[in-house]
Amino acid sequence: MAFVITTVYYALCVYAITFLAINFVKTKDWQKATLQLIVMLPFLLRVLRLK
Amino acid sequence: MTRLKIGKIVLLCLFALCLVVAGVEMRTLRNYKETLVKGPGVTGSGRLSDYLPKLKGTWADTNVYYFDSGKPGATALLLGGTHPNEPSGIIAAFLMVENAKVETGRLIVIPHYNRSGSTATQPLGAYPQFISIKTDWGKQTFRMGDRLINPLDQWPDPEVYIHYPSKQMLSNVDMRNVNRTWPGRADGALGEQIGFAAMELIRKENVDWVVDFHGAELLYPVTNCIVVPSQSTVIAQLAAINLTATDFEVHVEPSPVNFRGVSHREIGDHSPALPFLLESPDPFLDQPTGPKTEALELEGKDEFLLAASKRGLLFTDYDESGKSMEQRAGRHITIVKQLAEEWNNMFPDKPIVISSPGYTEFEAEGVGAYFTDPSSVEENRLSLE
Repeated sequence: MAFVITTVYYALCVYAITFLAINFVKTKDWQKATLQLIVMLPFLLRVLRLK
Repeated sequence: MTRLKIGKIVLLCLFALCLVVAGVEMRTLRNYKETLVKGPGVTGSGRLSDYLPKLKGTWADTNVYYFDSGKPGATALLLGGTHPNEPSGIIAAFLMVENAKVETGRLIVIPHYNRSGSTATQPLGAYPQFISIKTDWGKQTFRMGDRLINPLDQWPDPEVYIHYPSKQMLSNVDMRNVNRTWPGRADGALGEQIGFAAMELIRKENVDWVVDFHGAELLYPVTNCIVVPSQSTVIAQLAAINLTATDFEVHVEPSPVNFRGVSHREIGDHSPALPFLLESPDPFLDQPTGPKTEALELEGKDEFLLAASKRGLLFTDYDESGKSMEQRAGRHITIVKQLAEEWNNMFPDKPIVISSPGYTEFEAEGVGAYFTDPSSVEENRLSLE
């Protein structure tokens, strides 16, 4: 059960990264682009199993 | 190319730089191995997974060291690193493995009970990843870990952590706190598996008493003390009285009956072993201090705590000399030796005799004097933690 829950949470991280990346590409506001990257950092660190 | 695109590329480069720099630091800590020299008293070593095979290959599996005198007597278990951000317990356990000798009975030592937690720092903790102790041959470096299991090994935290078997509701992050997961269960979360494996060790090795090394804030009432359930009280009180008269002040705190999951409660409730939890005062853990540096961890000197002490706000003595690692690790070992003496007085037909340098020796020569140069010993005496 714990394995399933953990896997789902990793999938949610990938989902968040995907949409943050799409928003980063689409946005024309550099402040929003910066925000997308800052928010993305902890998700990436977790998916890459760094932190 | 528009200015926006150029800006985004610059942002991406900065982002990649942050990711690489942080990632390299985090991986370095995660994979760093401490070197431990097995002293002349060590007669064997194993792994925690010997008591719960499913831990094998996980970051929770950790080394176990055995000191068997060959003479019948009591068996004691020492746990270092339950909370890896309280390193005096880890260092005390290392010093025991390198220097202790057991003349009667058996001693078992686990230096990194929460090995997983020792491989990550506390998020936003802003403290060093490593601490190094100077020795005659160089330096002995230790990982400076987190209080909890590394979230890479157990994640996510639940909304509420329900302790097994009491069903008491605890803080969600305490599911990764291995001093809230005793007595554990074999099919539970990783923290519960660690607790279960340790309980299996206690049961299978017929452990008579267990000491869990910790550090505590000076602004926290449960500091400078031995925390015990009722069945351990007499031995702890006698040890505290004798040590306060001869070496340093220490007092006894009762283990609350309704506070579940902690070693000083569950070990005694789920096995015949007597538990003792030692809290050594660690200024680094207090919130109102200066920067959380390696020097603060090793020397324990802080001007803000000094000001608090002068206003009577601390729960232990504190002056310009600080609370050094020598004092804190030395206290742990000297208390263990005193507990052994009191145990022997109470159970003379089942003695345990432990010799090791402790508080007095470390104060005089520094803990660095008691670490062995790994390059001076044969490979079979080396162990990686």
